[in-house]
Amino acid sequence: MKHLLSTKGLGRAEAIGLLDIAEDMADVANREVKKLPTLRGKTVVNLFFEDSTRTRISFEAAAKRLSADVINFSAKGSSVSKGESLKDTAQTLAAMGADGVVIRHPASGAPEVLAASGWIDAGIINAGDGTHEHPTQALLDAFTIRRRLHGSASRGKGLDGVRVTIVGDVLHSRVARSNLWLLTTLGAEVTFVAPPTLLPMDMSAWPAAVGFDLDAAIAAKPDVIMMLRIQAERMNAAFFPNSREYSRRWGLDDERFARLAPASIVMHPGPMNRGLEISSAAADSAASTVLEQVANGVSVRMAALYLLMSGDREDS
Amino acid sequence: MPNHRTSGTPWLIRGATLADGTRTDLVLADGRIAEIGSGLSRLGATTVDSDGLIALPGLVDLHTHLREPGFEQSETILTGSQAAAVGGFTSVFAMANTSPVQDTAGVVEQVLALGEQAGYVTVQPIGAVTVGLAGERLAELGAMATSRARVRVFSDDGFCVSDPLLMRRALEYVKAFDGVIAQHAQEPRLTEKAQMNEGALSSELGLAGWPAVAEESIIARDVLLAEHVGSRLHVCHVSTAGSVDVIRWAKARGINVTAEATPHHLLLTEDLLRGYDARFKVNPPLRRTEDVEALRSGLADGTIDIVATDHAPHPVEAKDCEWDAAANGMVGLESALSVVHAAVVESGLLGWSDVARVLSAAPARIGRAPGQGQGIIVGAPAELTLYDPAASRVFGRADLAGKGANSPYLNMTLPGRVIATFHRGYATVLDGALRSAGEIRSERENNHG
Repeated sequence: MKHLLSTKGLGRAEAIGLLDIAEDMADVANREVKKLPTLRGKTVVNLFFEDSTRTRISFEAAAKRLSADVINFSAKGSSVSKGESLKDTAQTLAAMGADGVVIRHPASGAPEVLAASGWIDAGIINAGDGTHEHPTQALLDAFTIRRRLHGSASRGKGLDGVRVTIVGDVLHSRVARSNLWLLTTLGAEVTFVAPPTLLPMDMSAWPAAVGFDLDAAIAAKPDVIMMLRIQAERMNAAFFPNSREYSRRWGLDDERFARLAPASIVMHPGPMNRGLEISSAAADSAASTVLEQVANGVSVRMAALYLLMSGDREDS
Repeated sequence: MPNHRTSGTPWLIRGATLADGTRTDLVLADGRIAEIGSGLSRLGATTVDSDGLIALPGLVDLHTHLREPGFEQSETILTGSQAAAVGGFTSVFAMANTSPVQDTAGVVEQVLALGEQAGYVTVQPIGAVTVGLAGERLAELGAMATSRARVRVFSDDGFCVSDPLLMRRALEYVKAFDGVIAQHAQEPRLTEKAQMNEGALSSELGLAGWPAVAEESIIARDVLLAEHVGSRLHVCHVSTAGSVDVIRWAKARGINVTAEATPHHLLLTEDLLRGYDARFKVNPPLRRTEDVEALRSGLADGTIDIVATDHAPHPVEAKDCEWDAAANGMVGLESALSVVHAAVVESGLLGWSDVARVLSAAPARIGRAPGQGQGIIVGAPAELTLYDPAASRVFGRADLAGKGANSPYLNMTLPGRVIATFHRGYATVLDGALRSAGEIRSERENNHG
């Protein structure tokens, strides 16, 4: 694997292979010394043009557990905010000898532009680009579902027949897009539920069912329900009348949570708006995987860094 | 062939094919087409063997961005004129979004003068509709109309005159001097932060959508306004199938509206955006295959009157970046004729007479350009281009004569090639090569002498 830019182009065997390596990486976290020498001498740059402490520290922990040197480059307070271009930043990092670049960018497609540019010859991992994709989030979600369903027997398995309902701001969600492609590649059935204003204009090419009614979706007893974060800025842009109405129609409140099947999994990519898209009872329940997702994120990102950066990249 | 060619001497164009298919010789003398017929000869004339070449009237572009004054790092009136000549154009209408904006008589006269100085094509300035393109109050349209630049086309292109009352007043006001408002049809609220055509692909790529309705709703409003006040409306760069329908309806109703399509909207689709290559970022955006087909048939049935390039040069750094940060626009003068050839001539929708209409006669008529678009007839100004329809080339950086390298056609194979362009009776392009600025200057001095 040369880059990890999206889950759309990821094949089933490739995805399962990555998840299996993540299982091995998760085992490392249970050892007394939580560190592998795999990427010793390699440099990983976390290039963040958008604030995201959670994702950045997850990648940082992953790189450090693989013994890589980590440089955090934040657009805030750097030359980027003074107008330096993506090109100049990339060439600067190349000159410093970065072997891997983890990029978070507000513009959709920025990681792809970086990978195709020739400005830098490093493995590129997309850590979230605009409203396009966030592939490692989808991988950690798939990993989390697989572990809940199969436990220690997860290796080699897909998610065939698993019914996943994703609720919320699909229009602006890179998590929703990455999960759509990855989960369906792994055999899951995906349903999106959202107010019509927060769905992309044309989803006819998406291998997913679409609905507006959360109660109907819950009545169908999904195996997994994933609540997406509602950004504060959507409230003032006429996507829905106000947060109370949103919560009433599309929030996973206590009453809806009680109607889920006992074995259902409740997921959220974080950070959560408690009381808006998810109630505290749902978020803190045994069905919730919110903290597992965080822990699994490190394992999955270790696997991605390992696949991109270990060995001779020219051979891959 | 005599090599003592001097400025101001006549030209004998031998064996060219006219747009209607007849083969003929042409004599250009004293800035006019002096003779048309077979077996012509002219003492002292320079002969251009034009066997297999099509002689088209000099092309007229109603929509060009020359960037000067103010953005000379992107293009100057000289370099833009050179790009035009290489593309077979003899006249370009220079859009008003310069800095300072072309919203006063002084600025439009300056642009006119710089065009005359360059001497490759007639540079006809377009005037801004509103002061500073700000959409708030009318610019001095009358002063620009009666200036030495005799402006007849007014446009805030780049911005839509979205205020309906201001648009109504502008349409009414320009009737006083037979002007036309060329509208950039884009409802601003429906296109905030828009990055590409809104549809299945934008949904997948996660780029903010530019919905077709944002163009169609403004066109619908404007044709009704034009009908109400009895004015002349021109619609810039029509890009959607729905817009073609609205304009077709308006014309059937007798509304005085004309419309243009760009070469890129006639050939390219949004599918090129996969990969986020900012060379394909343009406003209005590239659309679906259905839209391209509707534009082509609209051009063939006359709903779309003309092809105009929307030539929009940008420096390298404006495109060598992530999609959201990139500038909108493509250069188009050098490639326009080949792209029209590929899009609608090869498919049989348009013949060469139609090409002469949509790229010369009709734009000259809409823009009220004297001395342009009169066709290849005896006595008309010697404005023409010789085109080799049998040629084929991989379009490359060397085919671009302006400053901008932001062409979407680089590395594409395009049919045809401009072999020569004549403006005011002298050659601006000869043997497929641009003549130097110095040569053009001496031609001009001779003509005036």
